[in-house]
Amino acid sequence: MTFADQLIAFLYAAVLASVPLLYGTLGEILIEKSGNLNLGVEGMMYLGAITGFLASYLFGSPLIALAFSFLAGMAGAAIYAFITVTLKANQNVTGLTLTMFGTGVANFVGEVLKSTAPAGAVFMNEAVKAWLLPLNLGPLTQLPVVGKLLFNHSILTYLAIVTAVTLHLYLNHSSLGLNLRAVGENPAAADAMGVNVSRYKYIHILLGGGICGLGGAYISLVTALGNWQPDIVGGQGWIAMALVIFSSWSPLRAILGALVFGTLNVLHLYVPRDVVNIPGAFYSMLPFVVTALVLIFSSIRMKREHQQPAGCGVNYFREER
Amino acid sequence: MTDTPLAISLRGLTKTFGKVVANDHIDLDVRTGEILALLGENGSGKTTLMNMLSGTYQPDEGSIWIRGRRVNIRSPREAIDLGIGMIHQHFKLVDVFTARENILLGQKGRSAAPDEIVGRLQLSIDLNKKVYNMSVSEKQTVEIIKVISRGADILILDEPTAVLTPQEIDALFDLLRLMKQEGKAIVIITHKLEEVMAISDRVAVLHRGRNVGSVQTADADRFLLTEMMVGRQVGLSIQRAPMQAGNTILDIHQLKVLGPEGQPELQKVSFTLRAGEILGVAGVAGSGQRALCESIAGLQEIAGGSILLDGKRIDGLSPREIIKRGISMAFIPEDRLGMGLVGSMDIPDNLLLKTYRDQPGVLLRRKAAREEAQEMIDRLDIATPGLSTPVRKLSGGNVQKVLLGREINLSPRVLITAYPVRGLDIGASMTIYDMLNEQKQKGVGVLFIGEDLDVLLSLCDRIVVLSGGKVTAIVDSKFATKALLGMKMTGLATDKEDAYA
Repeated sequence: MTFADQLIAFLYAAVLASVPLLYGTLGEILIEKSGNLNLGVEGMMYLGAITGFLASYLFGSPLIALAFSFLAGMAGAAIYAFITVTLKANQNVTGLTLTMFGTGVANFVGEVLKSTAPAGAVFMNEAVKAWLLPLNLGPLTQLPVVGKLLFNHSILTYLAIVTAVTLHLYLNHSSLGLNLRAVGENPAAADAMGVNVSRYKYIHILLGGGICGLGGAYISLVTALGNWQPDIVGGQGWIAMALVIFSSWSPLRAILGALVFGTLNVLHLYVPRDVVNIPGAFYSMLPFVVTALVLIFSSIRMKREHQQPAGCGVNYFREER
Repeated sequence: MTDTPLAISLRGLTKTFGKVVANDHIDLDVRTGEILALLGENGSGKTTLMNMLSGTYQPDEGSIWIRGRRVNIRSPREAIDLGIGMIHQHFKLVDVFTARENILLGQKGRSAAPDEIVGRLQLSIDLNKKVYNMSVSEKQTVEIIKVISRGADILILDEPTAVLTPQEIDALFDLLRLMKQEGKAIVIITHKLEEVMAISDRVAVLHRGRNVGSVQTADADRFLLTEMMVGRQVGLSIQRAPMQAGNTILDIHQLKVLGPEGQPELQKVSFTLRAGEILGVAGVAGSGQRALCESIAGLQEIAGGSILLDGKRIDGLSPREIIKRGISMAFIPEDRLGMGLVGSMDIPDNLLLKTYRDQPGVLLRRKAAREEAQEMIDRLDIATPGLSTPVRKLSGGNVQKVLLGREINLSPRVLITAYPVRGLDIGASMTIYDMLNEQKQKGVGVLFIGEDLDVLLSLCDRIVVLSGGKVTAIVDSKFATKALLGMKMTGLATDKEDAYA
């Protein structure tokens, strides 16, 4: 392999690694825009991962598998929404619990499935696998360099980009998005203008959860090629939380952020040992170090518009005095 | 006038919060094309009553009739649909949005034409300006456009003048008269008699959650309204306690303080404060009052001069050391809770904030603080559902009593108090003045930064006039006049000050 080939392979792998992060980030951005901080991204991704995996195994249909992942993420988010929006409980505690719940459920179901499978291994339906493989767009894919980098990805990768652009347009250029942002910034102001605060919160927490669920589906069906492993999500939900800050709550900047962190994730596979020889642990540490740096720098800079929605983390009571 | 249709009719409206009855079977009528002033002391239930009209609160009992039809207003959305627009005292605006975005919020694409409203009412506002860059009066204008753009023909304004300058108040009143001519029914909540006389057609008075009656403004006079409002005849003049001239406690000498951009906030400020006197500080807003308070309390660094307490320099000491030496400050900012109290904590814990360091050991002793708090509640007549109620749930006047009461409990030698009656009604203000007089007679030196010249003249022994960060006069208030003070504070602002003083 030439150096150029290696570089392309490296960047391609970075894109692959960035997709689940992007889903998680977009889901959480949508949730936080409604004024709720949901620390359960990791949990919702786990729920999406196991449910998508299970559904593809049972039904052998890619669309049903993805729908189940989306619904599973939504179900996790629905628990969270009920507890925080209706019962008005603490958002941080609820989100953390959701992460533990999702992680536990997914690992449990995954182990049961594996131990009861005929040969001790579960293999995904070939039809699903084929559907999620990188697309071949004919002449576009044949183009040198860009063909591989831009036009040879799984349909879920393109869906992630489409989701990001759609969210951007929705948040910043639609009246519903304006109302949603108002709910997240100042629910009392939105309420006084007749916006149904609880309904907006529910809808967007649920949609955000569904998007996180798709990130989980990508991990179990594409990254792991349908081969369930314990701890399959492995902290990517937490990185997505940091990416929300990195991208300063912008779906478009989230694409960039996910790519940066995807690159960090695969860096260790592509740096030749004879050039830089450091233990692998350092590479695994990188995303977290960068996250810490991002948190430090993002607390220094930033215009008001690029900060966390002001109402985030605080439950809204209309009759509060 | 009586044959014009009723815009609002309230019958037997009741609302309770815990044990506190905020509104007790209130009947009230508002006609179209009239401005009704809803007058009452702090905590008399004015805002609660109007919040039931705006859909923010649900009444426990009673009925609401809008244009002759009985309605249940279950949410702000339903209030908007009924044509009711409320402008809250604490603006409900999204800071990171522009004026236009705030106005279009929740409109579902219906064309609201904010530009047309701006033109029709001849408002001076940039609709594309972000709210966080706006002055208070600009924000209020946005609120007004908001309700008008929703087609509101019943307008409720909650204390709209509290944070405006006299010029801005004039402009607001002109706007209200214009909207009245358009046939809107307007309710203005206030506790300022001058405004009632200036703007309203009729005035309804609330006292302790009850409607004690309404009169045509033309037939009303200040004494009658005051009597209705406080439920008893109060002297409008403040008693000045006799002064036992003591020694100089605080000596400010050639004080110079620079602002964040290096601009001088105070220059060559010199005066003395004696034990057992109330020294007033007069000046238009922003003349350096805040820098003066903060530099004495050690919160702001000084750039020159000296501050002496009992002949010893205290400038450069830490705030804690200065408190230890007997200087206490109660500064009431515009938002009251912003400085000095923690809103989510109850009264005993807020008292402990200042005293916990004096306790031995690592654990807090709450019992003493609770007793102290209970004693303060009784002595100052603080209305609170209980000891453990967070202070942010108290009404403004009660919050101020807690703030000042806490400083007094420390038995200070010098008490600095800035705007202690800001936003308070006559009854609550009187209590505060009594507290200050009591301190004076105990031999405390009181520095009183005030707004109202009448109050300064009748309460203080001497008055320091600040203008642009410099002392322009130090006068004995027995021989001073408002005109003199006004002149020293500089021209135009003084005339306005008098008009609303």
